[in-house]
Amino acid sequence: MTFTKLLTSAAMAIGLASAAVAGSHAEKTKVGFIYVGPVGDGGWTYEHDQGRKAVVEAYGDKVETVYQENVPEGADAVRAITQMALTGADIIFTTSFGYMDPTIEVAAKFPDVKFEHATGYKRADNVSTYSARFYEGRAIQGHIAGKMTKTNKIGYIASFPIPEVIRGINAAYIHAKKVNPDVEFSIIWAYTWFDPAKEADAARALIENGADVVLQHTDSTAPQAAAAEAGGVITFGQASDMGEYAPMPRVSSIIDNWGPYYVQQVGRVMDGTWESVDTWDGIAPGMVGIGEISDAVPADVKAEALAMKDAIAAGEYHPFTGPLKKQDGSDWLAAGETASDGDLLGMGFYVEGLTGDVPN
Amino acid sequence: MIRLEKRPQPSKIWTVMTPVLAVFLTMIIGGVMFAILGKPPLEAIRTIFWDPLFNAQFASYTRPQLLVKAGPLILIAIGLSIGFRAGIWNIGAEGQYIMGAIFGAAAGLAFYPSDSFLIFPLMIMAGAFGGFVWAMIPAILRTAFRTNEILVSLMLVYVAEAVLASVSQNLLRNPEGMGFPGSRNLSQWDASANREIIANSGMHWGVLTAFVAVIFAYVLMTRHIQGFNIRLTGEAPRAARFAGVMPARIVIFCLGLSGMLAGMAGLFEVAGPAGQISIDFNSGYGFTAIIVAFLGRLHPVGILLAGLLMALTYIGGELAQLMLGVPGASIQLFQGMLLFFLLATDVFINFRLRIGQAEAA
Repeated sequence: MTFTKLLTSAAMAIGLASAAVAGSHAEKTKVGFIYVGPVGDGGWTYEHDQGRKAVVEAYGDKVETVYQENVPEGADAVRAITQMALTGADIIFTTSFGYMDPTIEVAAKFPDVKFEHATGYKRADNVSTYSARFYEGRAIQGHIAGKMTKTNKIGYIASFPIPEVIRGINAAYIHAKKVNPDVEFSIIWAYTWFDPAKEADAARALIENGADVVLQHTDSTAPQAAAAEAGGVITFGQASDMGEYAPMPRVSSIIDNWGPYYVQQVGRVMDGTWESVDTWDGIAPGMVGIGEISDAVPADVKAEALAMKDAIAAGEYHPFTGPLKKQDGSDWLAAGETASDGDLLGMGFYVEGLTGDVPN
Repeated sequence: MIRLEKRPQPSKIWTVMTPVLAVFLTMIIGGVMFAILGKPPLEAIRTIFWDPLFNAQFASYTRPQLLVKAGPLILIAIGLSIGFRAGIWNIGAEGQYIMGAIFGAAAGLAFYPSDSFLIFPLMIMAGAFGGFVWAMIPAILRTAFRTNEILVSLMLVYVAEAVLASVSQNLLRNPEGMGFPGSRNLSQWDASANREIIANSGMHWGVLTAFVAVIFAYVLMTRHIQGFNIRLTGEAPRAARFAGVMPARIVIFCLGLSGMLAGMAGLFEVAGPAGQISIDFNSGYGFTAIIVAFLGRLHPVGILLAGLLMALTYIGGELAQLMLGVPGASIQLFQGMLLFFLLATDVFINFRLRIGQAEAA
């Protein structure tokens, strides 16, 4: 048998096999996910993949899920999303801010495919957006941090100066300051979402400067490891529980819980009720989870933190409640007034008391 | 007993055959890897090498995408190969690519929202200039202070990345972008868009430029005295000096040219497929192009083919992830194997395999 013959017959056999597969999956709903990192990053992408697994668990044989990891934001994203749509996906979740323009561009070419873009602000008839109110979790972290710091210095590893991150800093600061008026925040901008080496450097620098609490808005566990190494420093898990560092240094965490939302939206595609929506959910529906508060936290602090969590979930307390002033001393919220979603979504300023400038 | 025996001359047949053998070996060992991962090996190989070109369902989309992906790789690799021939190692094409994109985008955005047809040509020139300037830093440091251009050009990649992060948050940030980093979308603005020359062909101006560069490099290296000087500098630097070749001029020429081409590649990418300057706009083309240059044996036609092959493994690899659920890292392993086997089989160009007793000398 010549080589070409071998190849042709192999190709034919495969062709038949895949035709059979194509026939059987026609009634299945195909769900696609575009990930910015590897599924094993232990943070952001890992939690989205947990959401994908929740969809599989909920619908079993009725769905088929596909995903592509490490998709760069930009030209490659357009191709990855297009290929996913071309290979028959019915709904595609693009799980990073940088996929916004690519998602909108591809969605215009595939009007019958539904798209869900995480953390963006551009929508279309077949494009929904969704995000989580992580600042609710930040408020609880700030409370615990303010109570537990002995040096009154709290370090914060920030990623990019976008509203999402600035909101987190403000929410944590307001609640730390409330319980500990002497508290000071030092913020390091890492300009990355995931870079263990950079994050570890930032954590060490903060600890050397006297911080005994390190908050992070980056996704790796490197700051946890750096804090464990230094000893006597507390941290919080970011994006996923990071429970392997409990009870110290990790005393609690913010967990992104996308599963319920993904299950709901896939279900709507299945029964034909899907429509373009803008979802911004917090602790109440479970999109933001608070990881177990470890025994390193004194019982009274833990009780207060849990009470705040319940109050937020019940809608009785909003983390941005006046009186609040902006960093420059101008008034922002009057006493009792709560921040509007518009203000929160476009937040580009620090609240009064924070030092340094938002990089601009 | 098996031993290697040096050939009197490099083998012409093996020069052509080793890439084919390398692809074949990659298919076999890669297939074994996929089988170990519990994925059907034949189907995986077919998805990577066959489907992007011939799959009835989506090849009409992926075929043009091959050109889109290969274009910048070829354009950058052509520039690099000319320097590599002269023994001038520009490892920082990624940085020149970034600076080209920034300069080009800035030149265009300065005139937003004008609709003059001059904007796109101006952007191309600015892009080439940006890459050129960035490559001149290692070139001048080498000629004036004898610094090592490998280190300087590589370090400048990280500087360029920092500049990129800065401009996408300040200077070039989209004023209508709700405070998020990233410039206006250049591909959605008619005057600056790098469009396809023929619709749905993938053939945008950058791909065309890459093809022109291939022809230009071929003529330069085989027909022009400067090409001869470059090759002579690489193969026999002392002889080159006796022949009156000024080493400094060769350094400036090679680094400048490769910087220009990398800068243009960056501009075509930012104005077309990528659309906007953003914090992580660069996706490693400048580094992958080094592989493409060597895979193509520093020959223009070889680079053309190598660029297309690399693009095929990228797009095929994405499809394999998508359709068969193979992990992304296994695709990188697969690409690594390809390069490894190519370098490993290269030995047959200069050596032949002898089985049996060594002949008495």
